[in-house]
Amino acid sequence: MSITAIIINLMALVSLLIAFIKDREKAKKSLKIAGKSFVRMFPMVLTIIFIIGLLLGFVPPSQISRFIGEQSGIGGVLLIGTLGAIMHIPALLSFPLAASLLEGGASVTAVAAFITTLTMIGIVTLPLEIKELGRKMALLRNGLSFIIAIIIALIMGAIL
Amino acid sequence: MKKQKDERNTRKEMVRDLIILGITLLVTAVLLVAFPDRRGPVIKTSWNFFLEMIQILPAVMVLLGLFAVFVPNEAVVRYLGKTSGIKGIFLAILLGTLPTGPLYVAFPIASALLKKGARISNIILFLSAWACIKIPQEMVELQFLGARFMLARLTLTVIFVVIMALAIEWIMRWSDGEREAESPA
Repeated sequence: MSITAIIINLMALVSLLIAFIKDREKAKKSLKIAGKSFVRMFPMVLTIIFIIGLLLGFVPPSQISRFIGEQSGIGGVLLIGTLGAIMHIPALLSFPLAASLLEGGASVTAVAAFITTLTMIGIVTLPLEIKELGRKMALLRNGLSFIIAIIIALIMGAIL
Repeated sequence: MKKQKDERNTRKEMVRDLIILGITLLVTAVLLVAFPDRRGPVIKTSWNFFLEMIQILPAVMVLLGLFAVFVPNEAVVRYLGKTSGIKGIFLAILLGTLPTGPLYVAFPIASALLKKGARISNIILFLSAWACIKIPQEMVELQFLGARFMLARLTLTVIFVVIMALAIEWIMRWSDGEREAESPA
C-alpha cells in the first residue's frame, strides 16, 4: 500500500470515529451514502480500468506520444484539452486515466490540460449551467476556463 | 417527489453505466481472444490500476458521505451569501473544496447565491473550486500523479482561477454598464 493510500484511509477512519462519537445516527447515514456512492460509481471505475488496460496494452507509446507527447506541440495540448472538455466522467476517475496516459508517453503538459479541462469545463452540463446562471456568465466561465487550463498546462510542462 | 425522481435518475444512470461496462468488457474479451500475446500486458495493467483504485476509493467515499451529512448545501449558501472582499475570496474557495458532489449540483447553489447578491467573482471562484480543487479529488491526484504534479497544478489553478473570476466579474459589469448606456430612459 502506498503512503498516500495509508494517509487517506487513516483520515477516513479518524473522521468516521469522530463522527460516530459526535452523532451516531448521522454517522450511520454517512456510511449509507458512502456505500451507495461506491456501488453507484463501481461500474464506471471498472470501465475506466479496462480502457486503461486496453490503452496501454494495445496503443504503442510511440502513437500516444505522437499525438499528445512532447513533440506534438501546442496542437496535442489543444486536442486533449478539447477532449477533456467534452468527456463527461467523474473527476476522480480522470486521475488514473491521466496517469496511464503519462505512463504511455503523453507529456506532462497534455495530461495537465486534460485533467484541468475535464474538471472545470462541462460541455454536457452547459445547458443546465446556462439555465441557472445565464448565457453570458456560463459561456464566459467555460471559455475562459479553457484558456486558463491551457496556460496552467503549459506552465506545468515548463516547470516539471 | 423530488427524491423519487432523483432515485429514478440514479437508477437510469446506473443502467447506462452497466451497459457501457458490458460493451467495454465485450470489446476487451474480443480483442484479447484475437491478440493472445496482449493478454498479459492488458490484464496486468488493469489489475495494477484496480489495486491502486480500490486502496483509496472506499476511504474517499466515506469522506464524501460524512461531508454530505455533516455539511449540508444550505450551510454553504448561508455562509457565502454574506461575505465579500479577501475574506469572501478565501471562503468561496474553501467552501468549494468541500467534497459535495459533481459540478452540476453546484449550479443551483450558485444561482441561489447570485440572487442573494453575492459577488460574481465569488460565485465563479466557488464554482471553479467546486469543479477542480475538491479535497478527495486532490487525494486521488496525489495517489496517481504524485505530490509534485498535484501541488504544482493546485497552486497554478488557484492563482489563475482568482484572475479569471475577477476578469469575468469585470466583463459582466462592463457589458451591463454598456447596455444601460446604450438604452437611455
